Amino acid sequence: MFRIALLMLFRDKAKYAMLISGLTFCSLLMSQQAGVFCGIMMWTTATLRNISSPVWVVDAKVQQINEVISLRDIDVQRVRSLPGVAWAVPLFWGIVQARLPDGSFQAIQLTGLDSSSFTGRPAVMLEGRVEDLRLPNSVIVDQVALEKLHRKGIDARIGTTFEINDEEARIVGICHTERSFLGQPYVYTTYERALQYMPAQRKMLAYVLAEPKPGVSPQEVVRQVNALPGLRAFDHDTFFRETMIWYIKNTGIPVSFGTVVLMGIIVGIAIAGQTFYLFVHDNLRYLAALKAMGAGTTKLVGMVLLQAFTTGFIGYGLGLGLAAIFGNSVLRNGTPPFYMPWQVPVFVGVVIALICSFSAAIGVAKVARLEAATVFK
Amino acid sequence: MSTSEPAVICRDVVKTYGKGEIAVRALKGVSLEARFGELLMIVGPSGCGKTTLLSVMCGTLRADSGTIELFGKSISSMPERELTAFRARNVGFIFQQFNLVPTLTAQENVSIPRLLNGAPYATAQQDAGAMLAQVGLGGREKSFPSQMSGGQQQRVAISRAMVHQPRLVICDEPTASLDAAAGQRAMDLLRESARHPDRCVIVVTHDSRIFHYADRIVEMDDGLVTASQTASDYLRDHPHPHPQPKSHA
Repeated sequence: MFRIALLMLFRDKAKYAMLISGLTFCSLLMSQQAGVFCGIMMWTTATLRNISSPVWVVDAKVQQINEVISLRDIDVQRVRSLPGVAWAVPLFWGIVQARLPDGSFQAIQLTGLDSSSFTGRPAVMLEGRVEDLRLPNSVIVDQVALEKLHRKGIDARIGTTFEINDEEARIVGICHTERSFLGQPYVYTTYERALQYMPAQRKMLAYVLAEPKPGVSPQEVVRQVNALPGLRAFDHDTFFRETMIWYIKNTGIPVSFGTVVLMGIIVGIAIAGQTFYLFVHDNLRYLAALKAMGAGTTKLVGMVLLQAFTTGFIGYGLGLGLAAIFGNSVLRNGTPPFYMPWQVPVFVGVVIALICSFSAAIGVAKVARLEAATVFK
Repeated sequence: MSTSEPAVICRDVVKTYGKGEIAVRALKGVSLEARFGELLMIVGPSGCGKTTLLSVMCGTLRADSGTIELFGKSISSMPERELTAFRARNVGFIFQQFNLVPTLTAQENVSIPRLLNGAPYATAQQDAGAMLAQVGLGGREKSFPSQMSGGQQQRVAISRAMVHQPRLVICDEPTASLDAAAGQRAMDLLRESARHPDRCVIVVTHDSRIFHYADRIVEMDDGLVTASQTASDYLRDHPHPHPQPKSHA
């Protein structure tokens, strides 16, 4: 009988198409928006993912990675003096305007690495070597910088020069980085050269990157740093989490995306619920005939549930597939951000299942109340 | 044609709809027997309780009091689940509006009772195809109800009622939506199926054109059985304008 139930569903083409389109739209909207939301959240942590360090030391007031309150140079020594720390290096990070060969300006995220160890170096070098940063006026730019330059008609490559604060910067390498929330390209150089590029300030040290001694956990180093006045430390995972929580709490991003996701749910419920109600209502006399012929209430309810969840499953799959196509296409362009962790399909699946349950409940209630004798009326 | 063994026995069946002042006593103590091999017609004016009696007899409606036995088994106190399964095995239905599922082909519609009795899908389809061939609809297995005439739809409905070899066939106004020729053809099929010694066909009808197909006619009025006669006696006592073929009278 379940096969009969599916035939009844698939062959009622108008209602079936309406059900599938409603659930597909709902699934697409939720997964696409959730994917973009997760992508934005990932953008907020781009610096953490581009610069690898087990422990990050910042000013005591800092709450997330993109908030820079400069430290004193002496703070590197303070961290190094801690018993659990194997080594600690300074890291410069700041936003500055670069003047391009065509005279236009472009904001960049200048990252100054410790020149002896290159701690925090780009993980993926597309061209050139990190060690070439020891050459005069050398910088490494990421793929985002190349894209932006190419968009302006500048054929940027190794050897191309531009200016930062009237000082020459020569590209010696091209790396791949994760895009950042601000969308500006990462430009790597040495710590000392970064200080030369930037306008002089009293304090210019953004972060101290530290490595625990063997056998010492990052959390222990964090605890030791936090005991120092004016400093705060995060292990990598905690900084990652705290950054995302900060954006969720302090920006309108979750509300904005949450509203769209909610609209998707409402549209899904409205279309699927209404159409499925009509579908069951139109078939009620046939279901009554089946009941008279010996189909029990359980079987009829099972048929209705199968019909509801089949449309849900197909709509869910189509919506998720379309979201994946969207994600695949935007990932090639880099914007808008898109990231779909496993939780998104699970969340969307649960919501679609709830919508189907709601839709089916309307039908089930009618079927459960159905009296076989009504078929003679 | 009928054997002496009763297929359906109703004793003092009472059914009331509603409560208090709006209560309507549809059946006021109906007693009735229908025998195997018999085509029994229940006739009477609208609202006399024919359809209620039909519903109570086949177990789709519970009587308030009285007993109903089908094939020697009381269904009055049978649990709902058991009664549903009993109905699936033993009762075939033909409805006034056919109630063929419009999105299913003729063959799929006919296969439903076999599926309800647990037959595998392929077997059910095979049986349905054979049944359709028996009623002269071979080659129309893949047609949808909307692609068939009223008479053909009724033959599909008859096939659906017979495909699982039920012992009781319940027909509610089977010719009401058909022209004379199609009605005669449908009744020929029902008449033929009632010749089975282990089957009883009960027809509720207003259509005097088909009275002559009955072995016995039970007349109802105001919730009571007022007469039970052979078809020939009934037609003699109730002359009507439609000519009756002698072979069936």
